[in-house]
Amino acid sequence: MQSAMALSFSQTSFTRPNHVLGSSGSVFSTPRSLRFCGLRREAFGFSTSNQLAIRSNRIQFLSRKSFQVSASASSNGNGAPPKSFDYDLIIIGAGVGGHGAALHAVEKGLKTAIIEGDVVGGTCVNRGCVPSKALLAVSGRMRELQNEHHMKSFGLQVSAAGYDRQGVADHANNLATKIRNNLTNSMKAIGVDILTGFGSVLGPQKVKYGKDNIITAKDIIIATGSVPFVPKGIEVDGKTVITSDHALKLESVPEWIAIVGSGYIGLEFSDVYTALGSEVTFIEALDQLMPGFDPEISKLAQRVLINPRKIDYHTGVFASKITPARDGKPVLIELIDAKTKEPKDTLEVDAALIATGRAPFTNGLGLENVNVVTQRGFIPVDERMRVIDGKGTLVPNLYCIGDANGKLMLAHAASAQGISVVEQVSGRDHVLNHLSIPAACFTHPEISMVGLTEPQAKEKGEKEGFKVSVVKTSFKANTKALAENEGEGIAKMIYRPDNGEILGVHIFGLHAADLIHEASNAIALGTRIQDIKLAVHAHPTLSEVLDELFKAAKVESHATTRTVSEKVVV
Amino acid sequence: MAVSSSSFLSTASLTNSKSNISFASSVSPSLRSVVFRSTTPATSHRRSMTVRSKIREIFMPALSSTMTEGKIVSWIKTEGEKLAKGESVVVVESDKADMDVETFYDGYLAAIVVGEGETAPVGAAIGLLAETEAEIEEAKSKAASKSSSSVAEAVVPSPPPVTSSPASAIAQPAPVTAVSDGPRKTVATPYAKKLAKQHKVDIESVAGTGPFGRITASDVETAAGIAPSKSSIAPPPPPPPPVTAKATTTNLPPLLPDSSIVPFTAMQSAVSKNMIESLSVPTFRVGYPVNTDALDALYEKVKPKGVTMTALLAKAAGMALAQHPVVNASCKDGKSFSYNSSINIAVAVAINGGLITPVLQDADKLDLYLLSQKWKELVGKARSKQLQPHEYNSGTFTLSNLGMFGVDRFDAILPPGQGAIMAVGASKPTVVADKDGFFSVKNTMLVNVTADHRIVYGADLAAFLQTFAKIIENPDSLTL
Repeated sequence: MQSAMALSFSQTSFTRPNHVLGSSGSVFSTPRSLRFCGLRREAFGFSTSNQLAIRSNRIQFLSRKSFQVSASASSNGNGAPPKSFDYDLIIIGAGVGGHGAALHAVEKGLKTAIIEGDVVGGTCVNRGCVPSKALLAVSGRMRELQNEHHMKSFGLQVSAAGYDRQGVADHANNLATKIRNNLTNSMKAIGVDILTGFGSVLGPQKVKYGKDNIITAKDIIIATGSVPFVPKGIEVDGKTVITSDHALKLESVPEWIAIVGSGYIGLEFSDVYTALGSEVTFIEALDQLMPGFDPEISKLAQRVLINPRKIDYHTGVFASKITPARDGKPVLIELIDAKTKEPKDTLEVDAALIATGRAPFTNGLGLENVNVVTQRGFIPVDERMRVIDGKGTLVPNLYCIGDANGKLMLAHAASAQGISVVEQVSGRDHVLNHLSIPAACFTHPEISMVGLTEPQAKEKGEKEGFKVSVVKTSFKANTKALAENEGEGIAKMIYRPDNGEILGVHIFGLHAADLIHEASNAIALGTRIQDIKLAVHAHPTLSEVLDELFKAAKVESHATTRTVSEKVVV
Repeated sequence: MAVSSSSFLSTASLTNSKSNISFASSVSPSLRSVVFRSTTPATSHRRSMTVRSKIREIFMPALSSTMTEGKIVSWIKTEGEKLAKGESVVVVESDKADMDVETFYDGYLAAIVVGEGETAPVGAAIGLLAETEAEIEEAKSKAASKSSSSVAEAVVPSPPPVTSSPASAIAQPAPVTAVSDGPRKTVATPYAKKLAKQHKVDIESVAGTGPFGRITASDVETAAGIAPSKSSIAPPPPPPPPVTAKATTTNLPPLLPDSSIVPFTAMQSAVSKNMIESLSVPTFRVGYPVNTDALDALYEKVKPKGVTMTALLAKAAGMALAQHPVVNASCKDGKSFSYNSSINIAVAVAINGGLITPVLQDADKLDLYLLSQKWKELVGKARSKQLQPHEYNSGTFTLSNLGMFGVDRFDAILPPGQGAIMAVGASKPTVVADKDGFFSVKNTMLVNVTADHRIVYGADLAAFLQTFAKIIENPDSLTL
C-alpha cells in the first residue's frame, strides 16, 4: 500500500494490469496517488493480487456484517468476518499515522474503524506539514524574485515582487482542505469506518467514542498525536503571541516577530516570515541554534539561513514570561539565563511565535483503565509500539504510534509505526528501524537527514569498536545545482569504512528533502556503499550529489557479487 | 576531525566550505616585547636584548571583506608546541566559512589569548608566538595580563563549562539590574543591528522612529547617511565627479584665468545626472492659458487659513490627474505603461544652490488644509536637509512654478521616471476676447506641460489641461 512497503509485500509474480482494478467501480474511484507530508503515497497502482482478494472478500461477506455506524454498506470494504468483536482494529486518531495504519489494515484484510474527535488529517494535514509547505512554497518564490543578484545572474529582469497576504493564507488553507478530503475519501473508499467523536480506552479491547458509543476490537491503536507545547509563563492570545496553529493561518505578517525555539518549526517559519518582509529574533534555550542537526550542517545552515537574513538571536536563554501586546504596549518577552535562571534581557517585539516543540495529546484517553502511566504525557511503548503499563508489563492488544509515544515525532514516522503494528497484528513480526526514517526541514535551501549525526556515530563507533569515516561533497560540484544558480550547500555521509554500512547522511542544499531518500532506502534495506556506488544516476541531476558521496567513500570490503538483475523483485 | 581527515584529503576538491588560507597580516611583530623583558630573569634577556628577539602577536585575520569579528573554532596547536612556517595554527570561523590560519614565522605557540569557542574582533590578538622556547614563559605572563583585560570587556558568548563556575555567574547580575532600572533601553530590530554593525554606526546614538520608538533599519541608514536600499525609485547615486570633470575639460576651451572650479554637491550631482538621463526620453510640450480670476478670489479667502498657492495648484493638478491616469503614469522600460496607484505631486523647490522636489502624497485625496500643512512641513524639512527619501522620490507628476518671479511662461524638463511635468507661469491681467468679440481683462496664467510621448499623446495632454483649466476656473471643488 505504501510504496515503501510494497517491496516487502508484493511477493507475488502475478501482477494484475491496472485497468482491471480501474474498472472495479466507484469503490476505487478516489485519486490513486495522494501525497501527505511529502512522503506518504497511497499507491493503489502497485496493487497486486492481494487487493483483488480483498475485493472478493468484501462482496462475499457483505450481507453478514452488522453495522453500528452510519457508514453505508456499499462503501464498506472491510475484509474479515466479525468474531466476537465489532472490529479487528480500532484506531483512535485519524491523523497521518492513523490513516497509514488504516489503509494498511484494510490491505491486510482487517475490519477497521478509525475514531476522530476533531478533523480528519490531524496536525500534519491541518496544522502542520501540509499548510506550512504551502507557505514555504510562497516564501521560496518570493525569496528568489526578491534576490536581484540571483535573477540578474540568470539574465532575468523582474520588477518589484509583492504579495497579497490573504492570497497566501488562502493557498495554505485550500491545500489543507484538499489533502484532508483526499485523506477522508481514501479511507471511505476502501471501507474504513470513520467514527466521529472523542475516543477513549474503556478497558482491554474496548473503546468508547462520542457520548456513549462503546465498541470492541481485537486490537487498538492509539494515534492521538500532539499539540504545540507552550512553556509556562507564556500567555498565548492567538493574535500577537501565537503557536504554529495560528501562524499557519497567516492572519498577519508582523514587522518583527520573535520565534521561541530554533528547531524545524522555528526555522521553517523564519524562512516564511523573512521572505514576507518580517524581521525575526530567535530565542533558543541551548547554546547553539538549530540543535538536533548535525553540528557541521547547522553551522553552514546558520551561515545561509540566519546570518545574511534579517534575523538575530539569543542563545542559552529561556523566555520565562511572554505578555501579548495590549494597552498600546508591544509584546514583552522576559529572558532568563538557561543555566543560572538569572534575568538577562527584555525584548519588545510585535509578535512572538512559540515553537518550543510539541506535547503529546494523551489526556482523557482513559489510560488509567488499563493501568498505563504516561511519562511527561507520552505513552510508554516497546520497540514494537506495544503499550507498557505502570508495572512495566505489556498491555495486550494495545498499541500506540506517532507523536503520542514520542519516539520520533514526524508524520511519516507515525505512519511507518502504524504499518509496523498492522504487520504484527496480522501475524507478521515487524520491528521498525527508526534510524532509517528520514527527516527534512523545508527552508530555502532545504535540510534533510537520516540516521546518526557525526558525533553520535563517533560515540557509537568508540563504544562498539568500529571505525567511522566521513565524506563530504559540495553542491558547487554539481552541474544541475550550478545551472540553477544554487551551489550553496553540502552533503555528508557518515559510514563504516570496514563494511560499507551507511550510518547517517545529512544534506543541506537545493531539494535536500527529496534527495535524502536514496540514503534512507539504502539504510532501510541494508544496502552497502560498495554496492550502491555502482548504481547509475542520471546526468545532470541533483541526485549526483549522493552519487558523489558514495563514490568518494573509501570502503575496505569489495562489492558483493550479486548482479543487479537478481535484486529486481517486482 | 581526526578520523575524518583521511577522507577529507581524498575529496579535497569538494570540501569547499573549508579552505586553507594563510595570512601574512595575521602574525605581526610586537615591539613592546622589550618592555616586558625587564621583568624576566636576567639570564635570558641579556642575550636577547642584543638579538632583539620577538614575541609576536597572532591577530584575528580578516577572512572576508565583511568580516568584523571571528570565532575561534579550534586551536590546532597547543601552548608550548613548536610551529614551523606555513603550518596551520588555528581554525577561525568568519561570517562566511571556517578557515585554517597559518603562521608565517617559525617559533613556539607561547600562549592562547582567545580560547576555543570565543570571539574576537578583527585585528585583536588571539595568541602569542615566541621565537625561542625561553620566551614562552614571558609571553605567557603577557598573555595573562592581556586575557584578563580582554575578558573583562569582551562579552564571551559561550564560556567553557569549567570557567563558568557559579562564582562568575553570580558576579553578573549587577550590570543586568542596572540596565533594567535604567530610564529606557535601546530597542533595535535585528536588521537595524546588522546594518549598524555593517556601517559601523553606534546603535546607541541612533534615534528610533519605529513603532514604540524602536530603531529600525531605515533609522540606521539615515544615521549612516545612505539612502534606504528598499525604495526602488530612489534617485541614482551621484556619478563620480572626476568623470564629469574630465568630460567637460576635454570638450571645452580652457578656463579663463582666475576662474574657479566648484565641484558639484551631492544634490547637484544628482540633478546633473537626472538631467542627462532625461535626454533619452522623447518629450513634447503643450501650453494652455488658464483664467485664474476665480482661483485668485478663492485664494484670498483661504489664505488666512494657511492655504498656499502651491497647495491649490497641487490639489487642482491632482484632481485633474485622477481623471487622466495616463498623465500620472510612467514608462519604465520602453515597453509598457506603469500606472501609479496614487497621485503624488512633486513640487520643485530651489534650496540654496540646489533643487529638490518634496512630494505631496495623495494630492487628489487630501484636503487643501492638510496639503498646505504637509507642504510647510516638507519645505521646513527640505531646508534643514531632513527629507526622508520617500518624501522626495515618490513623485508621480511634477509641478514647477516660477510665476512668483514674474515669469509668464517656460517649459520644464521631464524628470526621469515620470510621465509629465507642469510648468506654471505668473497670472497676469490679460486682455481677452470672448466669442462675441467683446474684450475684457482677465487674470490669465500660462501653463505648459512637458510629457513623455511614449505614453502620453497630444490629445491626452490637451484633455488633461482642459480638465485642469476647468478646475482652476471653477475652483469650488478644490475646497470640498
